[in-house]
Amino acid sequence: MRARVVTALLLAGIVGLASACGPSGSGSASPSGPSGAITVFAASSLNAAFTTIGADFEKSHPGTMVRFSFAGSSSLAAQIQEGALGDVFASADQPNMQKLVQAGLTAESPMVFARNDLEIVVAKGNPKHIASLADLARSGLVIVLCAPAVPCGHYAAQALQKAGVSVKPASQEADVKSVLSKVALGEADAGIVYVTDVKAAGQSVEGVAIAPALNVVAEYPIVILKDSQNRALARAFISYVHTGGRETLARYGFTNP
Amino acid sequence: MALPTRSRRRLRPSAPLPIVILASAGAAFFIIPLLGLLLRTPWASAWQQLGSAEVLAALRLSLLASLSATAIALTLGVPLAWTFARLTFPGRSVLRALTVLPMVLPPVVGGVALLLAFGRRGLVGGWLATTFGVHLPFTTAGAIIAETFVAMPFLVITVEAGLRSMDTRFEDAARTLGASRWTVLWRVTLPLVRPSLIAGAVLCWARALGEFGATITFAGNFPGRTQTMPLAVYLALESNPDAAIVLSLVLLGVSLAVLIGLRDRWLGAS
Repeated sequence: MRARVVTALLLAGIVGLASACGPSGSGSASPSGPSGAITVFAASSLNAAFTTIGADFEKSHPGTMVRFSFAGSSSLAAQIQEGALGDVFASADQPNMQKLVQAGLTAESPMVFARNDLEIVVAKGNPKHIASLADLARSGLVIVLCAPAVPCGHYAAQALQKAGVSVKPASQEADVKSVLSKVALGEADAGIVYVTDVKAAGQSVEGVAIAPALNVVAEYPIVILKDSQNRALARAFISYVHTGGRETLARYGFTNP
Repeated sequence: MALPTRSRRRLRPSAPLPIVILASAGAAFFIIPLLGLLLRTPWASAWQQLGSAEVLAALRLSLLASLSATAIALTLGVPLAWTFARLTFPGRSVLRALTVLPMVLPPVVGGVALLLAFGRRGLVGGWLATTFGVHLPFTTAGAIIAETFVAMPFLVITVEAGLRSMDTRFEDAARTLGASRWTVLWRVTLPLVRPSLIAGAVLCWARALGEFGATITFAGNFPGRTQTMPLAVYLALESNPDAAIVLSLVLLGVSLAVLIGLRDRWLGAS
């Protein structure tokens, strides 16, 4: 009896594992053009835009399936370096992409497909009347920035340096979304985030533009990974991002390279 | 106050084979990730990473915050555990479920809830700020509150279980001999549940030491003020994975030393 329970448990585990792995090339193949499925590792800030682009791509390329894994660019780069299987990597910055290029994990040289500007995020109605980067140095304001280790913090520091402003942040957040939520919840008066984040946040916050001369632009490169099992479909998806996806990217606040 | 000890000899139990296999798999499940961490540690540069001011600040802050959280949890959690174990009142099970909710709540959600309670615009936080000028988010006090919120339930349920399983006849005897309720609590009840108190406090401390989600959400991340070890590890992972591994090892080493040391000395486990 006891042995039978153990066997059943072991079997259940094996079946679970097998179904979790699943067939990778599912989907009915269309006679012409690439078919099958690909996995795209994409930076969190691309979540909304790429989800839309992926659905559009599947519609215009019947028999294909695009799966996404969204996370911070550095987490994704680390996952890929540790052997995560995927076909495409879209990073929110160049350094994380370069890590993979140098490790020989890319199939080609990466191409920049979008840019993202920085913006000051404030509460709806801008109650503290913040108009420029210089205003962030005013005393009595609670400012949150990204930590210098993450791209948005690195860029924010560059912009503040260009403006000659020294800001004492109350917190160095781990990612853009945390900066945004601190402002949205009213805990902080202002922060520096990407234009796309302010757009995605909707009603609770608003953006204050940073003068173009002081702004720092984030470049988003995309590449086919060396271990891709379906390079034809990966290539088709990347070229779609550059063409059919351009309008969608613009709608979410990205600018063209 | 010696309890009747169980001194009868027991046969050494021999385990059935399936148990041995599954238990080995269970142990391997915990040991292999640690092994992975150890094998990837850049030992050559480890000391250099450890000496940095930021690491020392994070370690100091982690110890301060986790010990403070444990102290608060003992002060508030033991009376709570006693209430749940000894009193019957309407809504007790609901109240009990609410106080252990942080154990199942994603810590980030806990952090947001704390912001809505103690934040600048929170239920209590607004009043605290205008009346006393006290701001909790982005302060060390905020980090302690976040850790207490997540860790205290571990103390409460451990102590409650201890109180429930203890022999209440000792309390009754003390009462009939004329001891006041307070004396009974201090001189009889708490000494009898000492193993549970210590186990609960250690669990609570360990959970507080490893706390990440609620802390970073409620208290933010600023070196020396709210950046505890887990936050430092997470951010180092972004820029310098080697440093993150070394930091993780320090956190592991400190925790292991305390858990092993306390277990042998206080819980009398072999």
